[in-house]
Amino acid sequence: MEQTVEYAHATGALSGIWLLVAIPLASAAILLLSGKRADKWGHWLGVFAVAASFVLGLIFFFSLRGLDAGARSAQQSLWDFITVGGLHVDFGLLFDPLSGVFVLLITGVGSLIHLYAVGYMQHDPGRRKFFGYFNLFVAAMLLLVLGNNYVMLYFGWEGVGLASYLLISFWYNRPSAATAGKKAFLMNRVGDAGLAVGIFLMFATLGSTQYSDVFNGVSSLSSTTVLIMGILLLLGAAGKSGQFPLQAWLPDAMEGPTPVSALIHAATMVTAGVYLIARSNAIFSANHTLQLIVVSVGAVTLLMGCIIGAAKDDIKRVLAWSTVSQIGYMFLGVGLGGGAYALAIIHLLAHGFFKANMFLGAGSVMHGMHDQVDIRRFGGLRKYMKWTWLTFMMGWLAIIGIPPLSGFFSKDPIIEAAFERGDWTSWLFGWAALIGAGLTAFYMTRLFVLTFHGPERYTDDIKHPHESPPVMYIPLVLLAIGSIVAGGLLHYGGFQDWLRPVTGEGVEHDPVMAAWLISTLGVVFAVVGALIAIALFRKGTALEPQPAGAVVTAARKNLYTDAFNEGVFERPGIYLTRALVYLDNKGIDGLVNGVAAGVGGSSGRLRRLQTGFVRSYALSMLTGAVIVVGAFLAIQLGWIQ
Amino acid sequence: MNDFPFLGILTLLPLVGAVVVAAIPKRRSELAKIVAFVWSLVVLALTIVMWVAFKTGGARFQFHESYAWIPSWDARFTFAADGIALVMLMLIAILMPVVILASWHDVDQSKRSAPTYFALLLAFEFTMIGVFAAADVFLFYVFFEVMLIPMYFIIGSFGGQRRQYAAVKFFLYSLVGGLFMLASVIGLWALAGHTFDFAHLMDSAQAINQGTARWLFLGFFVAFAIKAPFFPFHTWLPDAGGAAPAGAAALLVGVMDKVGTFGILRYCLVLFPEASRWFAPAALVLGVIGILYAALLAVGQNDLKRLVSYTSIAHFGFIAIGIFAFTSQAGTGSVLYMVNHGLATGLLFIVVGMFVARRGSNLVSDFGGAGKTMPVMAGILFFAGLASLALPGTAPFISEFLVLIGTFTVHKVYAVIATAGIILAAAYVLWMFQRTTQGTVNPALEAVPAMKKDITLREKVVVAPLILLLLLLGFYPKPVTDVINPAVQATMQDVGTTDPGPTAVANGRAAR
Repeated sequence: MEQTVEYAHATGALSGIWLLVAIPLASAAILLLSGKRADKWGHWLGVFAVAASFVLGLIFFFSLRGLDAGARSAQQSLWDFITVGGLHVDFGLLFDPLSGVFVLLITGVGSLIHLYAVGYMQHDPGRRKFFGYFNLFVAAMLLLVLGNNYVMLYFGWEGVGLASYLLISFWYNRPSAATAGKKAFLMNRVGDAGLAVGIFLMFATLGSTQYSDVFNGVSSLSSTTVLIMGILLLLGAAGKSGQFPLQAWLPDAMEGPTPVSALIHAATMVTAGVYLIARSNAIFSANHTLQLIVVSVGAVTLLMGCIIGAAKDDIKRVLAWSTVSQIGYMFLGVGLGGGAYALAIIHLLAHGFFKANMFLGAGSVMHGMHDQVDIRRFGGLRKYMKWTWLTFMMGWLAIIGIPPLSGFFSKDPIIEAAFERGDWTSWLFGWAALIGAGLTAFYMTRLFVLTFHGPERYTDDIKHPHESPPVMYIPLVLLAIGSIVAGGLLHYGGFQDWLRPVTGEGVEHDPVMAAWLISTLGVVFAVVGALIAIALFRKGTALEPQPAGAVVTAARKNLYTDAFNEGVFERPGIYLTRALVYLDNKGIDGLVNGVAAGVGGSSGRLRRLQTGFVRSYALSMLTGAVIVVGAFLAIQLGWIQ
Repeated sequence: MNDFPFLGILTLLPLVGAVVVAAIPKRRSELAKIVAFVWSLVVLALTIVMWVAFKTGGARFQFHESYAWIPSWDARFTFAADGIALVMLMLIAILMPVVILASWHDVDQSKRSAPTYFALLLAFEFTMIGVFAAADVFLFYVFFEVMLIPMYFIIGSFGGQRRQYAAVKFFLYSLVGGLFMLASVIGLWALAGHTFDFAHLMDSAQAINQGTARWLFLGFFVAFAIKAPFFPFHTWLPDAGGAAPAGAAALLVGVMDKVGTFGILRYCLVLFPEASRWFAPAALVLGVIGILYAALLAVGQNDLKRLVSYTSIAHFGFIAIGIFAFTSQAGTGSVLYMVNHGLATGLLFIVVGMFVARRGSNLVSDFGGAGKTMPVMAGILFFAGLASLALPGTAPFISEFLVLIGTFTVHKVYAVIATAGIILAAAYVLWMFQRTTQGTVNPALEAVPAMKKDITLREKVVVAPLILLLLLLGFYPKPVTDVINPAVQATMQDVGTTDPGPTAVANGRAAR
């Protein structure tokens, strides 16, 4: 079982991997610093930078494939970042099978979304700044997945957090956008603090933060240490990926422009937590309790996302909760360990395509509907937006897991794996995943039917909904193709073998149910969920919120998680702050002033000293001088020994 | 090159400059500004030459020079610099021209004399260089007290609201601390060989008996803890920082307060190693409380300059735990923190000053949506905020990371609690940024024409070097850490502590 992790040095074409990060970073700097004169061409520079990174990514990917299966890694130390005592941190990169596929996802889907944004942000005066932030995000995200140690990962980790903040609150004059950005950054920082402490623990126990040292050293750690280290990393992962209990920021993040939601808050950044766990598989696979915790977080979140998603009427928020839920599946996968690491990554990649597809589709709908986001106000749009309708349909069929589209090949194996844990928990997590599949089909079908089918329920200001320009629907078409084929290709294309050098061999258990039965149940659940939604919503829906039972009310209020956060953290925090401000002004200041005034040789309170200050000052200096001279005399004369 | 009397000249140069500038009549105030600015650039140039001449990995104290002063007490004008002092000298040399340029129009509106103001700034630089370059304890003490005078007049004469109150409070707090230190200085002289020469005292002070050494330590420590300031001696800083002109506040918090932490490293730790170890738990607790307490207070402030002052108190908490963790990472992190904090908080104070000057108010609630008319200024405020919350890519990240990781290896609980401070840092920065520049535009701003004017060329020149340095040191801190490392290592050796090895490896060996 035990294997040593060693990374080869980057040679040949692969010695250029630093360009992947440098190009979008340079572009971001140019866009943000060059001012208005770049308004005309800035967005094209932004698209070009990401596309260039994609082309390079392809070259590096195939160079890596050309190497022997055992030697597929390229490590590059750019410079000595931090060296103090026993701590040595490289500014170093690593291109290996895992980071390679992430690079292709980030730059590939990223290029399409950048292209789409050229059209989407056409009328926005801040388009150049938008592309600057967007490129900054790509650079940070690439650094996150390309780092060869945990400090580099943290560097990129906080960098994407910054880009996410800037883009969520892009329309900063909207108070809701500003608040949502701040909320995202703060909740992420809670996770980041966990990740940081995890890194401290690595250094304290293993003396290094390099991936290879840490992974090789895990076997020398006590199981408690591994458990704590894993929980700390998981905290970071949950924050970034919007998983329970740090999920509340992600739906609010939809305040940002829609391409942001597609790229950052669906396809790439929010999957960084999955990357972190997959990358750290040596740690997570080493402790069974730890895996159980990850699986539980995934299962709870995937169900929670489904339930809340079914109760929302804002098209982007439904998709956001769907993202929360789908990442729950990925956490389930990486928590299962072994071969399921690869399954989770397959789902992550497939999800990147179909969720980006649907978010951009939602953006296209909003574009033609005066930025309306309420699905109760859509209906029958298939007539007006053929491209959007067709491409969205592919995303919808993919996510609910209809064979042979992507989602079937990516989600079904995770459900199967959940039934293979080897003990009674197989039933628990397997059924959670199955029920989730049914619920997913229900709410996604509800979204699809209410938007594109049934009677038109538009607000009065909309006369003729229109299709988006080609610069927007061409990316949609490409993403739709990805939604159809990505899952199957990855499933049959030997992806698990590709990733094996990173994730290692897993221990396989027999499933508690036959695999064919699980697959069949998965499809049946999906079809039933979809049919129920079609039956309920094909004739449209009420335009106002309807009275509902306890479950639906709770789901509308995000299962009271926001209320919990507000009641337990926010309000007490504000009261504490106010109390401290009062205390600091009256209590501590008053106390110390009193002491200071007393010791300072004045008989009165400090305030009185303001008058005649120079005299007091002179007096104190004189006192000091007398003390000095007196003391020296005393010593010289031998009074003090 | 090392025989050149760098430190003596460097100390006197700004003093001469101050006299020259003060002699310029008030009606020629433009000339006074230019002379002061050029003079500070000359000081900077000399400091850079000295930096280059400094041999990293060479002797611990370099540029030693000594002149007779009071023979009967064996007090001498002795100067010498280790890596820690060198980076602090560099910091003041960099900040001074920046602050002079940032303060260009600060005095124009008032009836006060511009030459006096800029002369005071140079006089302040003189005292700062002296206090960091001194290698004679009595000389250090004298500079420690004298440095109050220029700052007292800067705050008291050129400050904002409640400046008299703030100046007096600032002065008295420091003076009280100074008296404690004076007692210890005298005690040290009496008990350790009747000399003030630091190199001599490094040895002779070790012979002082344990109980007395702890008292002497305490005298120094109280002075430095007030100066830094550490919780609970901090209450003078928000008043002083709030009332001082923004540029002077940048110097006050960015450099002058560092004398406290510098003094702990140079005097408390090296002269009284046993006492330092004995008092360390208390200092660590104060540091951790300071981080959380001041951060929470910063969240609750409605005055921009007071807010920045409170963030600094939180940052000094980090420096404190880094010093008293006694590991090489935490120690180097602390010194680097002193530098980075000077740059970051300096920038923050200066940018806040630009906002305040335009609006005519310090209050956060008087702003709102200002980013709409001043996008570049808002962007710079945001950058300064990011540096303040130690985002990777900016220099303070490295120092905060080093302090925390170094502390974690020896004091897990303190390090974990301190790490919670990074969440609060995000809270105070982002909330401040939101209330001032984001959201709907405050209608009151419409009536203020200055708020429609985005950054000027002069202001760009002011902020650019600080932004560049913060980014450069955020990606490549090695030039500075290489200077700091040997000095910190030597200090830790004096304290008598060594870094713990990786625990897993240690256990593994034991098992085998």
